[in-house]
Amino acid sequence: MKTLAELQAIRDKMHDKVALRSDSGEKRVVVGMATCGIAAGARPVLNAFVEGVNAAGLAGSITVTQTGCIGLCQYEPIVEVFEAGKDKVTYVKMTADKVARVIEEHLKGGKPVVDYTIGNGQA
Amino acid sequence: MKELSLNILDIAENSVKAGATLITVSLTQAGNVLTIEITDDGCGMDAETVRRVTDPFYTTRTTRRVGLGLPLLKLEAEQTGGTLTVTSRTAAQCPDGHGTTVRATFHTDHIDCMPLGDVTATLLTLIQGHPQEELAFSHRTDAGTVTLDTRQLREVLGDVPLDTYEVLKWIEGYLREQYQSINQ
Repeated sequence: MKTLAELQAIRDKMHDKVALRSDSGEKRVVVGMATCGIAAGARPVLNAFVEGVNAAGLAGSITVTQTGCIGLCQYEPIVEVFEAGKDKVTYVKMTADKVARVIEEHLKGGKPVVDYTIGNGQA
Repeated sequence: MKELSLNILDIAENSVKAGATLITVSLTQAGNVLTIEITDDGCGMDAETVRRVTDPFYTTRTTRRVGLGLPLLKLEAEQTGGTLTVTSRTAAQCPDGHGTTVRATFHTDHIDCMPLGDVTATLLTLIQGHPQEELAFSHRTDAGTVTLDTRQLREVLGDVPLDTYEVLKWIEGYLREQYQSINQ
């Protein structure tokens, strides 16, 4: 069974990492989580980003956050990627299956996955 | 919504916008009736606003003129023969006990009742998105009760945020273990 003692161990382990995290945040992945996004399947997309960013060892430089209605409800689930000095990239009709490619090619490789962006990913 | 539990995310978002510091989510399955109750200590709403919140063309936001969260939940409840009630007290009316309670009941044996879905995944999403707010959760069934209180976790965690990946994984395990034990 999960115990509070385990949580305490996590706290001790995390203290150094927390100091690191607060100085970083080069890229921001923002998932639309309003009524429209949730109904269209944003929850598994968000969870896939949280899992995938951590598994790729990017948790120190990328933050995954939620936002309200982005205003393009018919394209939900929508994910926006913000990076300092670059244009925002908007992914539409996202699924948990598409997340791995975005992490690999865009977040790690620096090249947006145009197949999923708003101009192309409408099918 | 494909799962009833997804409504919790949506309604709790209203609580956060109302400045709530504590969101209490209580699920109770008693026989064939499921009650989902979400209570917050936010700023509350006046009587006129409470009267209009289930109107899809009423919203307090200024970007668009529709607000579908509560109307959808009302529809989902009523199509099973259940009900939705919203009660609220503003800070002016009640400085020490203000906030809003949304209570929806569902007849789970009705053909139009959607599944409750993955409550654990829903709560994790809620905590990941709102690590500053406190969440008190309970799910009571005839087989037992599942609980989570982030205030208790924060006492142990100190300044380590609740949305830390390792903490979220601990919470996931903690909830899934409890659900396994009552589903056995």
